[in-house]
Amino acid sequence: MSEIADRKIRVLTAKVGLDGHDRGVKVVSRALRDAGVEVIYAGLHQTPEMVVEAALQEDVDGIGLSLHSGAHMTLVPKVLKLLKERGMTDIVVFLGGIIPDEDITELKKIGVAEVFTPGTSLETIVDFVNTKFADRVHAA
Amino acid sequence: MAKVVSRPADRKAWDDLYAGVGRSPREARTISGVPLQPLYDPADLPAGHFEDKEGYPGLAPYTRGVYPSMYRDKLWTMRQFAGFGSAQDTNERYRYLLGQGQDGLSVAFDMPTLMGRDSDDEHSAGEVGRCGVAIDTLADMEVLFDSIDLSDITTSMTINSPAVILLAMYIATAEKKGISRDRLGGTIQNDILKEYIAQKEYIYPPAESLRLTVDVIEFCTENMPRWHPVSISGYHIREAGSDAPQELAFTLADGFEYVRASVERGLHVDSFAPRLSFFFDAHIDFFEEIAKFRAARRIYAEVMRDRFGAANPRSLLMRFHTQTAGVSLTAQQPLNNIARTALEALAAVLGGTQSLHTNAMDEVVALPTEKAARVALRTQQIIAQETGAADVIDPLGGSYLVESLTDEMERRAYDYFARIDERGGVVPAIEQGFFQREIAEASYRFEQALNEKKRVIVGVNEYVEEGDDEIEILKITQDMEEEQKTRLAEVKRTRDGTEVTRTLHDLEAAAGAGGNLVEPIMAAVRAYATEGEIIETMRQVFGGYRETAIY
Repeated sequence: MSEIADRKIRVLTAKVGLDGHDRGVKVVSRALRDAGVEVIYAGLHQTPEMVVEAALQEDVDGIGLSLHSGAHMTLVPKVLKLLKERGMTDIVVFLGGIIPDEDITELKKIGVAEVFTPGTSLETIVDFVNTKFADRVHAA
Repeated sequence: MAKVVSRPADRKAWDDLYAGVGRSPREARTISGVPLQPLYDPADLPAGHFEDKEGYPGLAPYTRGVYPSMYRDKLWTMRQFAGFGSAQDTNERYRYLLGQGQDGLSVAFDMPTLMGRDSDDEHSAGEVGRCGVAIDTLADMEVLFDSIDLSDITTSMTINSPAVILLAMYIATAEKKGISRDRLGGTIQNDILKEYIAQKEYIYPPAESLRLTVDVIEFCTENMPRWHPVSISGYHIREAGSDAPQELAFTLADGFEYVRASVERGLHVDSFAPRLSFFFDAHIDFFEEIAKFRAARRIYAEVMRDRFGAANPRSLLMRFHTQTAGVSLTAQQPLNNIARTALEALAAVLGGTQSLHTNAMDEVVALPTEKAARVALRTQQIIAQETGAADVIDPLGGSYLVESLTDEMERRAYDYFARIDERGGVVPAIEQGFFQREIAEASYRFEQALNEKKRVIVGVNEYVEEGDDEIEILKITQDMEEEQKTRLAEVKRTRDGTEVTRTLHDLEAAAGAGGNLVEPIMAAVRAYATEGEIIETMRQVFGGYRETAIY
């Protein structure tokens, strides 16, 4: 038995950009919370700067971004760039929303861990988060 | 108390057969969770149901349709929402559509325009021209409607927080072409309450926003007899995850709040009520949706007559636009979305809609390609011309199921009205997060049911296939954003700065004084003040708004 106790996974969720489609991000936030993840939902209309600042303050393991406006190829690379600049590269970034396949390939190339499009089951997303962070939160 | 109809004699025999040895029929509920019997018969409706609750189309209680002849006289309007890129791109598209015989335009604005931000605002980065057309100043509006005769068409503008500014730009554009405001026909969505409840495109606090909505209603009532000053929308409430009774109840509650506020402003209910219109979602649960539309008409007529004392029969008519449910479409096996949209559109038609937008199969991944948009429009034409669905008025009227469900929708809506009243009305209920919480609960319940496979979505949690259908995707270039910023800079360079400052100063004073703001906004628009400048000027007086997120 380890001396360090297990801790909870911490995830920041946010809507970046100007669109207000928040059904998905709220349902996912609640599903993660119900699965034992500590979720901080930053809310609507977040800029990349606000997201990265919140991630720093909240000391999270992952960031889940939701976008439905088509601005993902502008805003998501900005978030990744800011994380890199501030040395926060251990933070896992995943996305949800209306995102075409072609852009998914591109986004994964630049460091997005996973992209969940409409119709993804909650189970899939919860499993992703649990698996991705398992080694961080479980005491060795 | 309604008189009960006794069960037909054979019912007992059928009950025995249904529950026969070795059978275990499954339970069923609508997508909103309304329990369904396996069968309905005359005893499910109270005596006198036809006379009290159904009646004839074009007559109270309007359950069966707002017009006496419905689609026998005129098919619903096939109004497909479109817009992207610059004002010039969209203008070309509009001129093409009008050349093809379309008689109405429906303007989709980009996110910065919807949120009252200019294209050069830092929050607009990556969003300019993406989900719709970018409009910063009157100059863009002039380009958008260049060479289009605004006295000859109707225009629908889907915009809310900055609605009054876009309406002022439209009027100013028309007046420059020599067309007076009283000759303009169209609709502006201008439904701010559902923004707090669902779509979240708010800028100011609810009470101040409601004042602007009523300013537009008052202005249109006095100046624009052919204009619909507000389109009270349930679509966004449903898409945000509500169920059908919530969509019905919250939308009607919003509508009644606009009526109450307009009457409080001093308008007579019959002076503006005939120009109010509604906008609903057509979701995938076929009979429940039809029941929802029928219940909406009945409730509206009753409340307008009994609570607001409307005497003009036209004040009692709920006319509505419908859009099929974007939220029901799936990124998996996207061709299946054509079938979903067709069934939803059929429900809207059987529910008696006045106009209809059918979604394209690819809208779940991007704006539609031309091919996908064409299939969507053709779907409506197939329903209209091939299926016979438009040949008989309210063809499901008298169905034991549909009438029972209609009554159930009505009951659930009135229950919600009571709960909203207990909270002090719509605005206090918004501030208390009541609607937001109810919707979040409903959408979570639905997702859980999917997860537990209590509900099936084909291609998502059943009949899943590896390797989806390949479909083409519409790409929008990013050059547009820089071009629009250059155009905006040019307008700012050439306009009369003193006049901009003067009109914005007047607007700020008028906002503080409490008068109707349409004319002061129109003066600023004519001076080529930007949308963002006008919004910021009012923000100085009204303040901003942030919601407490509930999930």
